[in-house]
Amino acid sequence: MAGPGNSQELLAEIASRPGRDTVVSFVVKAAFITTSLLFLAALLFAPLITVFATALEKGFEIYFNSFKDSDTLAAIRLTLTVAAIVVPVNVVFGIAAAWSIAKFEFKGKSFLITMIDLPIAVSPVISGLIYVLLFGMQGWFGLWLQEHDISIIFAVPGIVLATMFVTFPYVARELIPLMQQLGNDEEEAAITLGAGGLMTFFHVTLPKIRWGLLYGVILSNARAMGEFGAVSVVSGHVRGVTTTMPLHIEILYQEYNFVGAFAVASLLTLLAVVTLIIKTLVEWRTGYKRK
Amino acid sequence: MNGTFRTPSILPGFGLTLGFSTFFLSAIVLIPLAALVTKTATMGWDDLVRVLTEPRAVASYKLSFGAALLAATLNSVFGFIIAWTLTRYEFPGRKLIDALIDMPFALPTAVSGIALTAVFAENGWIGQYLAPYGIKVAYTWIGIVVALTLIGLPFVVRSVQPALMEVQRDLEDAAETLGAARFTVFRRIILPTVAPAIATGFTMAFARAVGEYGSVIFIAGNLPMKTEITPLLIVIKLEQFDYAGAAALGFAMLVLSFVMLLSINLLQTWGRRRQVVAGR
Repeated sequence: MAGPGNSQELLAEIASRPGRDTVVSFVVKAAFITTSLLFLAALLFAPLITVFATALEKGFEIYFNSFKDSDTLAAIRLTLTVAAIVVPVNVVFGIAAAWSIAKFEFKGKSFLITMIDLPIAVSPVISGLIYVLLFGMQGWFGLWLQEHDISIIFAVPGIVLATMFVTFPYVARELIPLMQQLGNDEEEAAITLGAGGLMTFFHVTLPKIRWGLLYGVILSNARAMGEFGAVSVVSGHVRGVTTTMPLHIEILYQEYNFVGAFAVASLLTLLAVVTLIIKTLVEWRTGYKRK
Repeated sequence: MNGTFRTPSILPGFGLTLGFSTFFLSAIVLIPLAALVTKTATMGWDDLVRVLTEPRAVASYKLSFGAALLAATLNSVFGFIIAWTLTRYEFPGRKLIDALIDMPFALPTAVSGIALTAVFAENGWIGQYLAPYGIKVAYTWIGIVVALTLIGLPFVVRSVQPALMEVQRDLEDAAETLGAARFTVFRRIILPTVAPAIATGFTMAFARAVGEYGSVIFIAGNLPMKTEITPLLIVIKLEQFDYAGAAALGFAMLVLSFVMLLSINLLQTWGRRRQVVAGR
């Protein structure tokens, strides 16, 4: 009797009936919005504002002076160096992993995906611990490294390794679902028409995934610069030498130099804000919502 | 050639990309994790049990698990409310708040740690209103729960949001037309659809919370037996050069992480099956 068109009209008619926007539904709506906002205000907005309020509580001059401290500068430099090494490696790994996983069907694929996700589920402390067990004094390669006068733990290479462990899933996790969603048709067409593998990747695949890739890069960069637990375990906390920005925040905080600690924290918070802005732009661009 | 291993495809680069990924994964993840397992294995059963059951360790499990469970529960409740607010209602600033939900993913844990401590300390913005009632948040277990709740916030919201969008509004409307009360609609139509998503978000938030270190150590106070989480105990053992003890605790936590990952995968399969049954 009632075709699909009719039932659609019926539903639209029901939706427009007076009585749907009753007092009760208004109260429920207000309660939901208020609860959400209060919860987020206490847990998220207040801490974010505190970072800047505390950093600036003694004025802009003292805020900017805290970046003139040589140890702070060294921490910023180390953080940038680590990110400059880790992020490109993550990109190469992410693209390779996404290509093999999204473009091909093979046995053990879901196991591989689980292994890629593993660092996200593992405690950051364990991410540092495993490298201490490998390269530390009592570790597998400890003696050999000592004989050859190479230091990894309590030095920069250890920090790079631990950061790499913590951050390498992010690019791959962005790209895999995106590339699966986009399918293989265009690549197969390109190959059939005689394009080489690299040409296909750079001219067909890359333009399609560039926004997802950009967000993956930005996110893994933010995680690399902000990693605390894993880096803390392998760093040795030599002030001005093996302290990254988050570790330097801890040192300043423990010295009750709150302005200094929050000043460094404000830089990392700004980085997080920029990361989220880029993420939002990427989502607008692609209309593709990450799960 | 290896047709049984993979489905044939004309696209190139399979061997190269898979080989590189597996090599990199082995070098960075699997071999180091093997070091953890072998280190634990050298301990011998009795030593392992002794380390894992010493009172200080047991106290830290109770705290880490209890706080993580509580935080994940809070996340499920408030995460659902926030996801509902963001998908069902239109209000000024909705898009901004939606974008800010991911903040805990991007914000370094050390930053959220010191910022939460400042807000919830006795003279902090929120702490000063709680102190007269005798509620201390910073440097107690409550502070740990607060920090873990912030860290886990995005997980439930982000897994429930797509599920809520999939709930068929016409089903809700039909039920309402047929005289179902608001709560019945919620219980019989909405909840069954989003339950797998909530469970997935809960597990992810829990897995993340159990291992969290950076944000907790600033707000916890770190008193042995009272406010000392398991990851901190691992760090303390490492600082005392008790590598075997640290490895044993780390191994126990690693096993837990594996179980968590497995449950997340199973929960997601459950969620997909529900969608198939519902005809989508």
